[in-house]
Amino acid sequence: MTAFIEIVRRDLRLAMRQGMDSLMVVMFFVLAVVLFPFGVGPEPNVLARISAGVIWVAALLASMLSLERLFQADFDDGSLELLIMQPMALELTVAAKVAAHWLTTGLPLIVAAPLLAVLMNMDGGGFLVLVLALAIGTPALSLIGAIGAALILGARRGGVLLSLLILPLYVPVLIFGVSAVDAALNGFSWRAHLLILGGLLVGVLPLSLWAAAAALRQALRS
Amino acid sequence: MDLHFSGTDLACFRGGRMVFRGLSFNLRPGGALLLKGPNGSGKSTLLRIMAGLLQPIAGQLAWHDSSVADEPESHFQRLHYVGHHDAVKPVLTVAENVAFWAALRDHHARLDPALDAFDIRHLKDVPGRFLSAGQKRRVNLARILAAPVPLWLLDEPTTALDIATVARFERVLAEHRATGGMVVASTHTALGLDDAVTLNLDEFQAEADFDDGLY
Repeated sequence: MTAFIEIVRRDLRLAMRQGMDSLMVVMFFVLAVVLFPFGVGPEPNVLARISAGVIWVAALLASMLSLERLFQADFDDGSLELLIMQPMALELTVAAKVAAHWLTTGLPLIVAAPLLAVLMNMDGGGFLVLVLALAIGTPALSLIGAIGAALILGARRGGVLLSLLILPLYVPVLIFGVSAVDAALNGFSWRAHLLILGGLLVGVLPLSLWAAAAALRQALRS
Repeated sequence: MDLHFSGTDLACFRGGRMVFRGLSFNLRPGGALLLKGPNGSGKSTLLRIMAGLLQPIAGQLAWHDSSVADEPESHFQRLHYVGHHDAVKPVLTVAENVAFWAALRDHHARLDPALDAFDIRHLKDVPGRFLSAGQKRRVNLARILAAPVPLWLLDEPTTALDIATVARFERVLAEHRATGGMVVASTHTALGLDDAVTLNLDEFQAEADFDDGLY
């Protein structure tokens, strides 16, 4: 457990020292959402109707943006093979890396989301559910992304490959994330949608840790 | 009931060719194994196999009679590996770099002595990006000293080190062995390892016709 915390602390410290990475993710998120009023026109009703979907898609793309670096930097400088050779399960090491990734990218997205919801003229009743859905959904995005980030190690043009691998897997999270907010906006019960989202997270947690760890072992073998 | 680290009849197949086969070694506490051989003869590969990063296609690695392949994590617990990369983060200071790797193994006390041993204590607060190649290598070597384990696997550890530091490093190696540690090192330069067993990987190259027999 100490090792888990040490890895999270180190990755947070790395992220703080090279602060641009987190900032860039949030900036991308904000800019991507801001583009929509320009694209579809400043009609308040239209914006309000698409707000949940736009914010979710932008959050999804933003969280993917930083995934490429999740293992790549450690792979390049030899830290990854040393991390693998630590006397703890590699799955836990992956979990620590993902936790740090979520804290530095997912969490800022959740904080920025209500602001963007105002911008998109979302009804106030959807704010809480939007934040809740993102809080459950973004860890799942980071976890799924870890599989892709581990698979692309050593590949050229890994970033493009990563999006091709990962975006299809993001679809279930997107569907239930958006439908939870839409349900709240239309006065329906949103509990079931969040529960399914939570179920997705619980299912993805062991699966992705296991798959990412296997991909990392494979990457260091070649 | 002596502790020992041994490999029996190891073979490695990589990149479509047999790198080596029929390789055996036995290492006792305080022992040292020096890997020699021309480029591409499999020194790094053998060290990675010993570290458990790669699997041999034949043969067995054992630590005191229990197979390494059965319990990879307890094997990781007792070894330090120094590879071609130094794993020094450019934005972390020297002390933070060394402390991180030591903390992963639950050791805190030996940070300063480890930095002293490689004469990098004055660089303690310098970020990794300002270090030269040799200084980075010293940080990497201080890392293995900060968290004591019995087995050191060193892949050309003296690369980029100056003569004075190589001498320091030889003293560190001697001390490690005096306390019962084991060392496996590959090197092209002279490395002072008293009564080390030399393993010349050239002698274990597979014959050209081996592939035909196997497949």
